[in-house]
Amino acid sequence: MESTSLEQLLAEYEFFGALGPADLALIAGCGRNEHFDAGGFLFRQGQQADRFYLVRAGRVALEIEAPGRGSLVIDTVETGGVVGISWIFPPYRWQFDARASEPVRAVGFDAACLRQKADDDPRLGYELMKSFAGVLAQRMQSARVRLLDLYSDVRTG
Amino acid sequence: MSAPAEALAPMVPRPFRVAARWPEMRGVVTLALEPVGGPPLGFAPGQFTMLYAFGVGEVPISISGRQDGRVLQTIREVGAVTRALCAAEPGEVLGVRGPFGSDWALPAAQGRDVVVVAGGLGVAPLRPAIRGLVADRDRDGRISVLVGARSPDDLLFLDELRALADDPRLHVAVTVDHAEPGWAGPVGVVPELIPDAPFDPSNATALVCGPEVMMRFTAEALLARGVPAERILVSMERNMKCAIGHCGHCQFGPEFVCRDGPIFRYERVRRFIAVREV
Repeated sequence: MESTSLEQLLAEYEFFGALGPADLALIAGCGRNEHFDAGGFLFRQGQQADRFYLVRAGRVALEIEAPGRGSLVIDTVETGGVVGISWIFPPYRWQFDARASEPVRAVGFDAACLRQKADDDPRLGYELMKSFAGVLAQRMQSARVRLLDLYSDVRTG
Repeated sequence: MSAPAEALAPMVPRPFRVAARWPEMRGVVTLALEPVGGPPLGFAPGQFTMLYAFGVGEVPISISGRQDGRVLQTIREVGAVTRALCAAEPGEVLGVRGPFGSDWALPAAQGRDVVVVAGGLGVAPLRPAIRGLVADRDRDGRISVLVGARSPDDLLFLDELRALADDPRLHVAVTVDHAEPGWAGPVGVVPELIPDAPFDPSNATALVCGPEVMMRFTAEALLARGVPAERILVSMERNMKCAIGHCGHCQFGPEFVCRDGPIFRYERVRRFIAVREV
């Protein structure tokens, strides 16, 4: 029963927009609703990457701990965004901390469950990989644009 | 042969006294200027003046507001002239030509949603427009103010942005490239705020100001959301000298930024903005 309502919920998000009802039902079977208080960690750097999250409400900060400088936020994920890429690739370890900047409602997905379904159904796996490739491309573009230091003032006078 | 006085008038600076001066952030100062005799300076949001530090030089500076009848100009120290302007103490006299250029055309945005997108010091020329939109209690349409900066320390007019964020009529979002510990807002470049901003792209006007690369990415994000190019206004910046389209220093394709701009509809500049040679 819960997976049916979760399937309907997932269909509302652009990330899953390319998937049909049957695929959504399979994916929803690996997911569950979760809640994180402000300041709570979705995952920690170095831990096993055993989940990924669709943010339904709130903001998640991807952080890295820098000795002497504290936690530095390298990116944020807002409502409708996806947190967690490392579950796809060996060695399945988180590269960053993910912390709720504010109360977060999310759908958390069991990585082993999803990987198994993707292995069993390569077409589903390909559709999932296309969705994650879009996220990766968008984040790479964002990182490149930030490297440009867009707001620097090159004028003189 | 002498030129008629009215033809020379735009080239002759009027004396303005620095009535007040305050630092905004590191390397950025706002001056409140009042005329030494003569009428106050009238301007439309988005226009600029040529500010003259006597004995040093003259530079274009956008108008960042009005306060107690004085015109506000916010200046970043980037060279000899701006250094002299930033150092001007209350009581000193500066030369002012203008105001010059096109404006944000706020009346044309009446009845539409307005999306204001500012990057870095681009908040300064947008502030009179934001204040005008907020002050117009009769206006229909939502207002979104999206601001990006390199870091939290580089956010201009932060107190004013916070006050705007408390106004239920506005959607205000601020993002930074590099966050320090304690920053709880978004991290990323300002075009990334556009998909989630509450406006109807088919009935929205966008006002965009910031470094040129930032404006290009922002305009493309607005187009992707569905805002037509003719309703995306960008404030261009080039090497303006005479400010009346005579000297050609600020030529941008077929346009002179000082005379035909600085604010252009994106459809007019889109084909030149990414051309390396322009």
